[in-house]
Amino acid sequence: MEEVRLMKGNEALAHAAIRYGADGYFGYPITPQSEVLETLEDEMPWETTGMVVLQAESEVAAINMVYAGAGCGKAVFTSSSSPGVSLMQEGISYIAASELPALIINVMRGGPGLGTIHPSQADYFQACKGGGHGDYHAIVLAPSSVQEMCDFVSLGWDLAFKYRTPAMILADGIVGQMMEKVVLPEQRPRRTEEQIRQQCPWATTGKKGRKQNIITSLELDDDRMEQNNLRFQRTYREIEKNETRCELINTDGCDYLLVAFGSMARICQKVMELAAEKGIKLGLVRPITLWPFPAQQIADAAKGCKGILTVELDAGQMIEDVKLAVNCNVEVKHYGRLGGNVPTPDEVLAALENLFINK
Amino acid sequence: MKEEIIIAGFGGQGVLSMGKILAYSGLMEDKEVTWMPSYGPEQRGGTANVTVILSDERISSPILNAYDTAVVLNQQSLDRFESKVKPGGVLIYDSYGIHTPPKRTDIKVYHINAMEATFELKNNKAFNMIVLGALLKVKPIVAVESVLKGLKKTLPERHHNLIPMNEEALHRGVDIMEE
Repeated sequence: MEEVRLMKGNEALAHAAIRYGADGYFGYPITPQSEVLETLEDEMPWETTGMVVLQAESEVAAINMVYAGAGCGKAVFTSSSSPGVSLMQEGISYIAASELPALIINVMRGGPGLGTIHPSQADYFQACKGGGHGDYHAIVLAPSSVQEMCDFVSLGWDLAFKYRTPAMILADGIVGQMMEKVVLPEQRPRRTEEQIRQQCPWATTGKKGRKQNIITSLELDDDRMEQNNLRFQRTYREIEKNETRCELINTDGCDYLLVAFGSMARICQKVMELAAEKGIKLGLVRPITLWPFPAQQIADAAKGCKGILTVELDAGQMIEDVKLAVNCNVEVKHYGRLGGNVPTPDEVLAALENLFINK
Repeated sequence: MKEEIIIAGFGGQGVLSMGKILAYSGLMEDKEVTWMPSYGPEQRGGTANVTVILSDERISSPILNAYDTAVVLNQQSLDRFESKVKPGGVLIYDSYGIHTPPKRTDIKVYHINAMEATFELKNNKAFNMIVLGALLKVKPIVAVESVLKGLKKTLPERHHNLIPMNEEALHRGVDIMEE
């Protein structure tokens, strides 16, 4: 029987990575995600699976180690929190431009700047709209439970390898720090060098018997660089077509629609319980992929409802994508708390009532 | 069943551990559980609190505005959480250092003196287990056996010699609530 365990979201990330058969972790500690590195150090996977766990000298070094490992076709990852992920943006852009699979985890905290150690979702724009320079995307997954923190590690890597693009798990201090029940996957062996050569023919695995593989983001011939960009865009359209994910809760015939991701989607489910007691019918769309964004699903769920409230731990970022999704056919408003503060369920319900019902 | 609990006090009183033990005990009984701490530097000497939810069904929000039960272990936490107990709910407070006792009459208020009990047991580390015992006396959310089972499962084997001491503290908590 599968063993049910109780652990923090951050711990689940580390266990899931080891069990995926990860080849390497490179990171630098920062609250509220330090348990990722701590758990990896506790588990000592270098003695069991042979996975490398390395505390780099900085986030810049860590992301470039990930870049190098990914270039060798290895399953490598890093984790950090907002200020650290800002430092990684150049590397993420290079990884995207070099068409490499990598997993990057951001357990968001309040910003801007060094900000606070408490939860935030204010890196939505950074994660979904580039962050680094150039026309690129990372696949962005938004877990809202400890089980999803675990499951999205393998999902993120599978998608990253399938499309040869970076994948990001965009969590926050709540999902990282809370403990819940989790069922971990079976331990998978790390891929052999031979398997990597077969599955990643583009990787720098040693050129004996084949043409040299060169991994670079530099292409000084503008026509070729345009072709590269067009190829990236074709991949992004494929990802949009195949990989858009969201959860719909009670959206059929709802009066008002909530749109929230990650921890805020959990709070919104309590808001729905409180609203039901008052006879207000609320539905919830929870984007699971923030990029690609479930625009069509939101447009469909919004049909016939009187208004949409996005609930975010930021000053209103995802609301822009929700407005685009419904083409301003439905009124869309935002409620959020900033700088590490978290709204309580009754506070969100009061906001909905003030913005829509008692206005 | 669904029980939404806040445990609050000073950092160092074992607030987060007590919540963790309660959550593990819920796990032993196949319940759904969430444990959400106030994390950060305030844990070192300032105030610490943790929300623990045990339920037979899927748990929505790990963060709440009202609680079935509040266990408060200092004045600041009492000031902050007395008003957050649902009408008809339970408030348990340790009277050590409390200068302004709770005033609400629409909730059940219990006070204990767990600090004194630690002096009697000559074990100041048992404080949170005494409080947990007192809580379980008033609100038998999980069985005492499940608490011990949870401890056995989560403590490394080298610390299993501490289980009898914890069991004694739990029972002491049950007793002081009776007094």
